[in-house]
Amino acid sequence: MARKITYMQAINEALDQEMERDETVVVFGEDNAGGAGSPGEDDAWGGVMGVTKGLYGKYPGRVLDTPISESAFIGAAAGAACSGLRPVAELMFVDFFGVCMDQIYNQAAKFRYMFGGKARTPMVIRTMYGAGIRAASQHSQCLYPIFTHIPGLKVVVPSNPYDAKGLLIASIRDDDPVIYFENKVLYSVEGEVPEAPYTIPLGEAEYVRDGEDVTIVAIGRMVSMAEQAAEALADEGIECEIVDPRTTSPLDEETIYESVENTGRLVVVDEANPRCSLAADIVARVAENCFEDLKAAPKMVTAPHTPPPFSPTLEDLYVPDPERVAAAVREVAGAGARA
Amino acid sequence: MSETKEIVKLGMPKWGLSMTEGMVVQWLVEEGTELDNGDEVVEVESEKINNAVETPNAGVLRRQVAKEGDVLPVGGLLGVIADASVPDSEIDLFVQEFQANFVPEAAAEAGGPQPETVEVGGRTLQYLKLGEGEGPPVLLLHGFGGDINIWVFNQEVLAEAGRTVYALDLPGHGQSSKDVGEGNVDSFVAVVAGFMDEMGIEKAHFVGHSMGGAIAGSFALAHPDRVASLVLIDSAGLGEEINADYIEGFIAANRRREMKTTLSLLFANPDLVTRNLVNDELRFKRMDGVDEALRATADKVFPDGKQADVPDLSGLDVSILAIWGRDDKIVPVSHSENLPDEARVEVLENTGHMPQMEAAGRVNRLIGEFLDGLGS
Repeated sequence: MARKITYMQAINEALDQEMERDETVVVFGEDNAGGAGSPGEDDAWGGVMGVTKGLYGKYPGRVLDTPISESAFIGAAAGAACSGLRPVAELMFVDFFGVCMDQIYNQAAKFRYMFGGKARTPMVIRTMYGAGIRAASQHSQCLYPIFTHIPGLKVVVPSNPYDAKGLLIASIRDDDPVIYFENKVLYSVEGEVPEAPYTIPLGEAEYVRDGEDVTIVAIGRMVSMAEQAAEALADEGIECEIVDPRTTSPLDEETIYESVENTGRLVVVDEANPRCSLAADIVARVAENCFEDLKAAPKMVTAPHTPPPFSPTLEDLYVPDPERVAAAVREVAGAGARA
Repeated sequence: MSETKEIVKLGMPKWGLSMTEGMVVQWLVEEGTELDNGDEVVEVESEKINNAVETPNAGVLRRQVAKEGDVLPVGGLLGVIADASVPDSEIDLFVQEFQANFVPEAAAEAGGPQPETVEVGGRTLQYLKLGEGEGPPVLLLHGFGGDINIWVFNQEVLAEAGRTVYALDLPGHGQSSKDVGEGNVDSFVAVVAGFMDEMGIEKAHFVGHSMGGAIAGSFALAHPDRVASLVLIDSAGLGEEINADYIEGFIAANRRREMKTTLSLLFANPDLVTRNLVNDELRFKRMDGVDEALRATADKVFPDGKQADVPDLSGLDVSILAIWGRDDKIVPVSHSENLPDEARVEVLENTGHMPQMEAAGRVNRLIGEFLDGLGS
């Protein structure tokens, strides 16, 4: 049937097709071309994981290596976006946002508001998140809740190759700053992806699986954990409905509510730390807006309130897995039905 | 009624190339029910779509082997049909032997037919060819916003009866190039002619749905020697009226809810609009160039909420079968009265604009009998 490519190839293809379509699209970041400006063909790095590999040769002058100074090149992206380009800057690991946060939250996010709606800031920051590759605390966090908190930013967390391509194209064409989160474990996951360019609107959740008993809202890599759990639970007679928000800002609350209205039971699976997180936010929104529909208290399945551990054994325990998701669903499904 | 003493298997059907298994939603008749050829027996859900499985033979439904909620591979045993006189012991033996010997088709079968592409006049057109047969092939043409998948219940059945059957994605649709050119009926006629030239098809039996029917009719007027027969399903091109709410709604819909409301107009039974169907349509619409292609086509084919091309088919020297859903909310069934007197018209009850999906079995039989009756 349709062609299958990886999550990483889907991201690369989206960049390629947008650079082809629109010459104002520029790509830069640490080693995004060849590493220190070498004529990146055979030896191109294409970023630390190779996501931008191959673009330098096709679009010379529009794929740039930057100094190791996030404050400088993220600031450059904000400035370029205000003055006519559509930059896609790569913040290697989101864990590094601390050194460039002013440019993001106090500058780019506010231009539209502070200049009477007349300024556009069509920038995308691509960044890696998540545990699972033994990269320790400083390269393994899920910090999208922090960006979701800030008005003026859009936050995208694709869970599969099809969405990765469509959401990145939509992000590049969007006139607001978008933080686009790539999961490093998902890079090698394959899926059906059309070759032609297409978009997915920011702010539309997807039903990944239909079910009557329990709603699982899962974000990014956690969608596959929820799917595995749902598969096992189906054998026990519990039918889960899985909702993937796809973007955490804007958040498609309507679809989440629609599902909870049908099931009356909610589990949110989020790899981020639990306090002030997406999971906490979604549970709160549902409690506030769907209280009458709830038959049991919602549950969150998240990492603990600690940094990601370096010990592989502990790292594996840190990330929510299908067993933990299934246990939470069983608890919610079995909890006493409220009248 | 039932003359056969055979024991007949009611198997899990294969609807579309990607279907490997289906779920039994509900039995529509009890065990022991006397069935006529073509009666609907059991509702099955595939990944993409729900539909009823019809009995391949007259007889009594002797066993409901699969239970509601069961998931069976394609070809798996749903039930058993046989004459009432066949003893229960033989039915049991049949079931036992079948279950012991049944091997599901490998899920990742590489050798099956796949859609292909061909370059025609600078455009890439996707088509699916199924079957091999003598005589002119059958060419299936979808309507506005459709693609080769609207024939998922029909193409294989028509091909299995020994025919070559092509389904084509028109420009702006499916996986074909999104450049529609002029976007009027004549431009689609020219593309279809180019496709036939490229494929070496001199003459074909045309089966057109909705706008595809209008294209087939105009094609027959422009190239009478290349049309062996015409099957028009809920066809456009036979009157001015068209449901503009549907056309504009389909172009505008960019969210699940809007798309679901719009697609519901297509069916007599709106439950047929599943989440998967809605998602498939949205995925199509979100491809670059589709909005422009649909807009350009609608502006030319359905300007100001009316059909632009209503050609006079009365001069055609070709057999015509028209099939229409009584409850069509897009193109009114009354347009069937505008066909030439010689045309055979079949109106299906409890069916909307998509009889090839909603009443697939009947439509397949009508087309099959019609084509066989031509004696080509």
